[in-house]
Amino acid sequence: MERLRRYGFVAGFLVVPVVLYSVFVISPYIQAFQLSLTSWNGYSSVVRYVGLDNFGRLFEDEVFWRALRNHGILLLVLPIVTIVIALFLSFLLNLGGGTRGAGMRGVWGSKFYRVVYFFPQVLAVAVVGVLFQAVYRPDEDGVLNGVLGRLGVDPVGWLTEPGLALWSIIAVMVWQAVGFYVVLFSAGMAAIPRDYFEAAALDGAGRARLFFSITLPLLRDTVQVGWIYLGIAAFDGFALIQVLAGDKGEPDGATTILPVTIYKTAFAYNKVGYACAMGVALFFLTVTFAVLTLRTTRRERIEL
Amino acid sequence: MTHPGEITRRQLLRRIGMTAFVAGPGAGLLSACATAGTGGDPTAAPATSIAASADPKNPFGVDAKKPLEVVIFSGGYGDAYAKDLHEELYKKAFPGVTIKHTATQQIGTQLRPRFIGDDAPDVLNNSGPEAMDLVALAAEGHLADLTPLFDAPSVDEPAKKVRDTVTPAVLDNAKIDGKDLVLNYSVSHRALWYNAKLFESRGWAVPKTWAEFTALGEAAKKDGILLFAYPGQKGPYYQLWNVLYTAAKIGGNQIILDIDNLVDNAWNAEPVKQAVTVWADVQAKYGDKAYFGLDHTQTQIKHLQNELLFYPVGSWIENEMTKDIPLDFQYAIAPIPDVTAADKMPYGAIQVGVGENFVVAAKGKNPQGGLEYLRIMLSKEGARGFTEKTKNLTVVNGAAEGVDLPAGLISAAKAQDAAGENIITDARFEGWYKELFDYGTEQINVVMAGRITPEKFCANMQKKADAIKKDDSVAKQTRSQ
Repeated sequence: MERLRRYGFVAGFLVVPVVLYSVFVISPYIQAFQLSLTSWNGYSSVVRYVGLDNFGRLFEDEVFWRALRNHGILLLVLPIVTIVIALFLSFLLNLGGGTRGAGMRGVWGSKFYRVVYFFPQVLAVAVVGVLFQAVYRPDEDGVLNGVLGRLGVDPVGWLTEPGLALWSIIAVMVWQAVGFYVVLFSAGMAAIPRDYFEAAALDGAGRARLFFSITLPLLRDTVQVGWIYLGIAAFDGFALIQVLAGDKGEPDGATTILPVTIYKTAFAYNKVGYACAMGVALFFLTVTFAVLTLRTTRRERIEL
Repeated sequence: MTHPGEITRRQLLRRIGMTAFVAGPGAGLLSACATAGTGGDPTAAPATSIAASADPKNPFGVDAKKPLEVVIFSGGYGDAYAKDLHEELYKKAFPGVTIKHTATQQIGTQLRPRFIGDDAPDVLNNSGPEAMDLVALAAEGHLADLTPLFDAPSVDEPAKKVRDTVTPAVLDNAKIDGKDLVLNYSVSHRALWYNAKLFESRGWAVPKTWAEFTALGEAAKKDGILLFAYPGQKGPYYQLWNVLYTAAKIGGNQIILDIDNLVDNAWNAEPVKQAVTVWADVQAKYGDKAYFGLDHTQTQIKHLQNELLFYPVGSWIENEMTKDIPLDFQYAIAPIPDVTAADKMPYGAIQVGVGENFVVAAKGKNPQGGLEYLRIMLSKEGARGFTEKTKNLTVVNGAAEGVDLPAGLISAAKAQDAAGENIITDARFEGWYKELFDYGTEQINVVMAGRITPEKFCANMQKKADAIKKDDSVAKQTRSQ
C-alpha cells in the first residue's frame, strides 16, 4: 500500500509530461519515419507507399550532398572556433589577472566584459539576422563595406560571393554563440579549487602553463558538453541562413543546408514523403554525431 | 542554441531529439492530419456542382442565413478591398448575413490542415510565398467548379454572362486539368519601369533598339547612374521574368509555351540564349554587383533616388512604393527594346498578365455564397473599388473608367494600347513547377554575375526541366495559348 502510494505519486507527476512528449515529439517522429516511405504530397487523402525509393533518390540528389558538405564545414569550424575563443576569453576573465592577494582573478573590468559578451545570446536569431544584413550589406551603406570604403577598398559581397557566404554566416554563428560559452566555461573555472593554481604558480608556472596544465584538463567535461551543443547547432542554422542568404542555397549552393532544404521540399514543392526521408537522414546524422562524440571523448571523471 | 547548466546524458539525448524535431518542421504539422486521413476515396471532380439559374439577384441560390468565410492574403494589396468593399456589398445583397473575415500571410500554414480536414473557408485568395498548390487541391476535389460563375448573369447587365464581362485571359488561366477552378482577379503590366521626369529633364528618349539602350547606358554612366539593376535578394525572379519575356519578344510566345509544356530542349532555344546573353552583358557593362545582395525594397528605393534607370517589374510597383515616391519621380513603363532587327514581336510588345488567385472551396460550408462573392467581385462596383483601393486594374472590362488613375498605371494602359496584339504571355511554370522556377531564380543570379555562361544556364535549366518531366510525383499541366 505504501509502495503503491509512493509510485502513484511519482506516476502522477510523470503522466502529463510523458503524454505531451509522446503526442508532440514521439508521434511526429514515428510519422516522419512512416511518411519517408511514401510519395505523399501533403494534400492527398491516399498515401502511397514506395518503399525505400526516397532514400535511393536522396543518394543521387546533388542538393543533398551539397548540404552535407556544408554541414561538414560547419561541424568542423563552428565548435572549434567558438570553443577556442570562448576558452580564451573566459580564461582572461577569470584567471588572466594572475595572482593578486588571495587567489586568482580576471583582467581588470572582467565583470563588465562578462555581461557584454552575453549580450548577443539575448537577441533572437531573427534579430541577429536582420542586424547582420545591415553589417554585411554589399554596398557602401553596409557597416563593413562603409569602413572598407573609407580605406579605399571596393565593396565586398559578403553574402553574395560563393567563396565567402558560408564563412560570413559562420562568423555570425560564432559571434552569437561565444558569449554563452564564456559564461559556461567561467562557471566551470570557478569550480576549480584556487589552491591548484596557487600551488602551480608557486612552482613558477606562467599563465600559458596554468591554462594548458590545469584549467583545460579540469574543464574537459564542460568543453565536451559545449562541443556537442555546437555540433548540433551545426546541423541547424535554419533561421539565420533563411534571413541572411535565402532559401535556395544562394549563392551557388554555398549555403545549402538540410533544414531549409527539407522545409522547401515539403512545403514549397509538396514532396512531403521525400522531405521526411531527408528528415530521417538528418535525425541519424545528428544522433550519430552525438553518440560518436560521447564515445570518443569518454573517460574517467576527475574528482576535484 | 540551448542553455545547458549541468546536463546529464539522458537530458542530452532528449535535447538532441528536440533539435532534430525542430529541424524537421514537417513532422509536427503532419501529426494531426497526415495518416489519419478522411477515409473516403479522393474525388477528382469537385464534390459540388452548383447550377446557375437566370435570376440575376441570386443565381446560385445563396442562403442568407448561412455565414460566409473569406480568407485574404494581406500582401501588397492589403485586405481593405475585401473587408470594406466586397464583403459590404455581399452583406447588402443578403441583409443579415454574417461574414468571417481573415487576413493572413501564412496561407499554407493556416489552411492546408483545414482543407485536408474538410473545414475550408468558402473564399480563398491564394497568394504569397506560402500559397498552396492548387493543382494538388484540385486533384483532391477541394476546388469548386467556376463554370456556373462564368455562365451566371453579370451583376450589372443581367443579359450578359459573367464570362463576357472579363478579359479573355481570365478564362484561359482559370483552367486546371481542363476545368475552370481559379479566378485571376487583377491585371498587371510587366516590362521595364523608369522615371519619366528624369528622362524629360535630361532630354533622353526611351530606347527602342538594343544599340540605343546601351548608348543610353554609356550616357547614364557618365552621370554615375546605372542603366539597369534588379534585386538579387528576394527578387531575382523579376529578372527571370524579364529574360523570359525578352526571349518571347525575340522568338515569339511559343518560346514560353514550350518551356511551360516541358518540350524537349525548350530552354536551349536560340532566343532564350540570346536573351540571357544580352542581359548578362548589360549587367557586366552597366550594372553593379552590389545589387546581387540587395532586396527589392532596397533596390526600389535606389531607383527612386535615380541611381538606376530601368527596373524590371510589374505595374504594382507604383502602389507598392507610393509612400516613398519623391516629387521629381514619376513611374512609366518602357517596353523591352528590340534585341535583333528580326524580333518576332515588334517594338512595343509588353507582358500583360492576370494574377491574384481566388478559389471557392468545393467541400466548404457555403460554396454557393463563395461563387456569389466572386460574382460580386466581378461587378463593376466591386472591380472599380478594388482599383481605387489598390491602384491596380482588374480583369473586369471597363471597370476602371472614370477612376482617377495614377500616372504609372496610365502609362501602362497606353503601352497596352500601343502593343495591340503583341502581348507577351505569362510563364505558368512558376505556379505549375515551383521547383523549376525556384531553380531558375537561383541560376539567374549565377549567370548574371558571370559565374556561368548563358549556354551553361540554358543547359542547367534544361536538365532541371527534364528531371521534372521525368518525375511522376509532379502532376503535369499543358497549355495551348
